[in-house]
Amino acid sequence: MTPQTDHCLLTENLGKRFENGQKSVQAFTDINLSIRRGEFVCLVGPSGCGKTTLLRCMAGIETPTTGRVEIVADPKPNTSRLAMVFQQHWLYPWMTVEENLRFVLQASPIDAVLHADIIDRFINRVGLGLFRKFYPYQLSGGMNQRLSLIRAFCIHPQMLLMDEPFVFLDYQNRMMLQKLLLELWADEKQTIVFVTHNINEAIALGDRVLLMTASPGTIKREMVSEFPRPRDVVDLRRDPHYEEMVVDITNDLREEIEIAQRKMESEWLKSKPKKRA
Amino acid sequence: MAEVKAEKEGIGVTLLFIASPLLLLALWEIGVRAEWLDHRFFPAPTTIVAEIVRLFAEDNLLIDILASLRRIGLGLLAGFPTGLAIGVAMGRWKWARAFFAPLVAFTYPIPKIAILPLLLIIFGLGETSNVMVVVIGVFFLALINTYAGVRQIDHEYFDVARVYGISRWQVLRRIVLPAAFPDIFTGLKLAVGYGLILIVAAEMVAAESGLGYRIWTSWETYVIKELYACLMMISIIGVVLAVILEKIEGRLVHWKHTG
Repeated sequence: MTPQTDHCLLTENLGKRFENGQKSVQAFTDINLSIRRGEFVCLVGPSGCGKTTLLRCMAGIETPTTGRVEIVADPKPNTSRLAMVFQQHWLYPWMTVEENLRFVLQASPIDAVLHADIIDRFINRVGLGLFRKFYPYQLSGGMNQRLSLIRAFCIHPQMLLMDEPFVFLDYQNRMMLQKLLLELWADEKQTIVFVTHNINEAIALGDRVLLMTASPGTIKREMVSEFPRPRDVVDLRRDPHYEEMVVDITNDLREEIEIAQRKMESEWLKSKPKKRA
Repeated sequence: MAEVKAEKEGIGVTLLFIASPLLLLALWEIGVRAEWLDHRFFPAPTTIVAEIVRLFAEDNLLIDILASLRRIGLGLLAGFPTGLAIGVAMGRWKWARAFFAPLVAFTYPIPKIAILPLLLIIFGLGETSNVMVVVIGVFFLALINTYAGVRQIDHEYFDVARVYGISRWQVLRRIVLPAAFPDIFTGLKLAVGYGLILIVAAEMVAAESGLGYRIWTSWETYVIKELYACLMMISIIGVVLAVILEKIEGRLVHWKHTG
């Protein structure tokens, strides 16, 4: 695999198998992706198809069993290679709002003289200016997730991985954060891989939507979401083409969900009698 | 409104907190004065308090208290950080766990005071032996509580650290230690209480000063008032230390409001 300069993330025959005693589970298999610099790619798939594990392999938190991941970072000054946002905010509860940001900045390649400015700018941008000395337990769930979002953006990552970051938020906060994400991304056009099971979200946010099959997950289909930017995640719903796309992908996803369901049931039937005996 | 109510309840609880020991002391006092209790074996609380005052004023009780506190302090200073360090290592690294776990499992069940004779053989009759009993007792409490605290840290905190390239040293200092801090502090509170228990026991046989030494000599000379006075002092010291630690804890782990 020769790295092409216009690609930020490449995977080659990527696969992950979990071994646990006699039981082994293939999380995903044969993932070949090439994601362009500045591209916003959404990954959707049924629960348990390995999309989170795939993302964790990309992040280097998990080691793939087969294949490889390559993140081609541009040697630009004052940028970082990678950041990730998780389902829950996972801020450090013993650090204040600004300490949480400073902590990741200090570990990043970003010049120390810029840290204070960066912290100010991001905190004010997401409306946490009055809360900079607050601890996560003193903030609401939406505020914490906003902070976890800017924790990722503040180190100016070239590659941003997001694992269903809005899944635990209420409707109002989710809309607000989707909007915020698109705005932050518009500034620097980081390369983003965004995992979600919400098809509306995937189409509204992404340039490209990748649909994964039931476990072991692999890429089933890919669609381009060509709606003009800047996008408004709510206005977009008026577009008939958008609705069509949602229905189209939902039908495909439903198929995979049913396969996943059947597989789970048969496994349950296989394991249950043993336990009874 | 809700806050006012909570505060009221708080005062009620505080009053009860003070009332229960006072009630017991009052019953005791009445019991002795009415001669239901033999005052030779159960001197009245007022007699004991008077004896404490006398001991402070005429008999250098403060010197013995300070001797005991000094031994506890030295024991904590040497034993706690050592236990903490090994606890962190066991919590973080498989090899450390494999190496230390059996050693801890075999040595932990030995009552620490039972090691005193051995310590007397090794270190001789003197300060070192007394302090070492505390060191050993405190060491295990630090180790076990730190280890438990470190093992309980959500792995996601380490995932975040990994993604953001946090160095191993920073992970230890800014993540592992603060995350385990509430458990470490619980260990410290237990260690202070246990240190008091151990030093009094050790001083009974192996010291020429300290509260334990006083208790033992007052038993040998049959001065029961003094024996009670020392017991009451130990109890007061224990409570004061616990309250101080409780206050410090509230300051330091305020962030731990989950929910």
